[in-house]
Amino acid sequence: MAELEGIYTIWLREMKRFVRYRSRILTSVVTPLLWLVIFGTGLGSAIRFGNVAGGYQAFIYPGIIGQTILFTAIFSGVSVIIDRQYGFLKEILVAPITRPSIVFGKAIGIGTAAVIQGIILLVLSFVVGVQMTPLIFIACTLLMIPISVGLAGVGLLIASFTDSMEGFNLIMSFVVLPMFLLSGALFPVSGLPMFLQAAVYLDPLTYGVDALRQIILGTGVIPLHISITVIMVFAAVMVFLSALMFTKKEQELM
Amino acid sequence: MINNKIPETQLFYYQIVSQEGISMDYIIETNDITKKYGDFTAVNSVNLKVPRNSVYGVLGPNGAGKTTLISMLCTILRPTSGGATVNGYDVVKNAREVRASIGIVFQSRALDDILTGREHLEMHASLYGVPSNVRQKRIDEVLDLIALGKKADEYTKTYSGGMKRRLEIGRGLVHHPKVLFLDEPTLGLDPQTRENIWEYITKLNQEEDITVLMTTHYMEEADQLCDEVAIINQGQIIKSDSPINLKRELKADTITVKVDKPELFTEKVKTLDYVQKVFEDDSTIKLMVERGENLVPPLVNFANQNGVMVESIELQHPNLEDVFISYTGTKITGGR
Repeated sequence: MAELEGIYTIWLREMKRFVRYRSRILTSVVTPLLWLVIFGTGLGSAIRFGNVAGGYQAFIYPGIIGQTILFTAIFSGVSVIIDRQYGFLKEILVAPITRPSIVFGKAIGIGTAAVIQGIILLVLSFVVGVQMTPLIFIACTLLMIPISVGLAGVGLLIASFTDSMEGFNLIMSFVVLPMFLLSGALFPVSGLPMFLQAAVYLDPLTYGVDALRQIILGTGVIPLHISITVIMVFAAVMVFLSALMFTKKEQELM
Repeated sequence: MINNKIPETQLFYYQIVSQEGISMDYIIETNDITKKYGDFTAVNSVNLKVPRNSVYGVLGPNGAGKTTLISMLCTILRPTSGGATVNGYDVVKNAREVRASIGIVFQSRALDDILTGREHLEMHASLYGVPSNVRQKRIDEVLDLIALGKKADEYTKTYSGGMKRRLEIGRGLVHHPKVLFLDEPTLGLDPQTRENIWEYITKLNQEEDITVLMTTHYMEEADQLCDEVAIINQGQIIKSDSPINLKRELKADTITVKVDKPELFTEKVKTLDYVQKVFEDDSTIKLMVERGENLVPPLVNFANQNGVMVESIELQHPNLEDVFISYTGTKITGGR
């Protein structure tokens, strides 16, 4: 009971921050729109992309939703490093609730924020001329939950063993960008050279993007049930691992 | 204003029952508590006994191990060896109970810019499981105590340094902790705000049933606030007693002299039998003597005889700084 209230409190704080930083919400919507409108239109008119109705722009639309979730979730998770050094997280870490509850509260808080951004993009589907039905909307929203929580878990896991933000660029280069580029957000993952193919299938986001693409556009390369299973397992493992790390590792707070 | 300590009807939740068989005269007891980082010993076999409802100061220079010591007492760091009890609970085995018994104010800010003061208190209350039927009342009490006024409902990024500190102290009190840990509570505050915070600490110690354990490297802070002080240097407790006793025990006044040839003077003055100890600090020389008021004229004469010009001479009765110097041979840097 006390743990549940603790989780709720941490989630609530995450939500308050999300709602109050309006500029962040704005950028999180504008950035994917730039990708869709400029990159999508630009590259779309340079290449022949026949296999999807709506063309290249429609093809990358699920990928850009995945990208938005990826960036929001991982960076919010990693920002725990700053919060631990200079902010409110210290207050939470010394409270009489368990570390797994703290991590879980954080993960679902960040996850909720990422899902809300995904929902905003779903509402904006008309921009790329993709048809949105209530069923697709609900299915996508449900699917975004484990993707977001899992990626928040990745961010938290990184934060659990990192003490300073100096490694931030490393995280960008070695985690976030590869996950984005390998996910098939921008190109079809079938018919790639072997080494790239393997890397693509190691990227958990590939399954998220492919599942979203199947629901939204009806095309994909991985069977939907496999994608969903992979995403669920990924989310559970990431939250579990970061909870474990936060419990094991001594946190220098003072 | 809170006039009563704890209303009888609410005692059921914040009375944290102590384990039997432990002396309750001391709310914190450490037993050779030690923290090592590789070869470096940050805290070395410290034994502290903090009397219930006192204001206890851990005084020492930066890097002496103060923060590491209280981090262990707050269950943030695990001791390498030795142990401690806080409110009768072991800091390793019963970390959760310890956490429920204490409030912590960190040296660096632990506030969220974009939450209001009241929201900070509300979140704290729910994290610490303060029952919802008494929660609002308690939050109002604390807001009264820390006197945030209308600012209570504004984002903390609009607060002054002093208000932020008061909010953090108040937040630490919401769940009626038995011990409040304050790590350098007035670091980085201007003198006026600092005195203001001192008043709050004194006031809450009188009005709430609480023990305050604070670290500081400000001598006057320890002198003015603390019932008892432990002097810590290089991870070890050198001496602990009340500030008055510490100063009395020194049996020494300090004569601070500025001369034109400090090295020569130091060398000569050491030979005088009424000078007990000599400390050099840049261009000033501190002499520890007894009954210093009689010794100023002879010292000036002595200097002149040895061809040394005295630029200034000053007599001081001992303060905690001198106590520290006499036990460690060094000055607390940053102390004013």
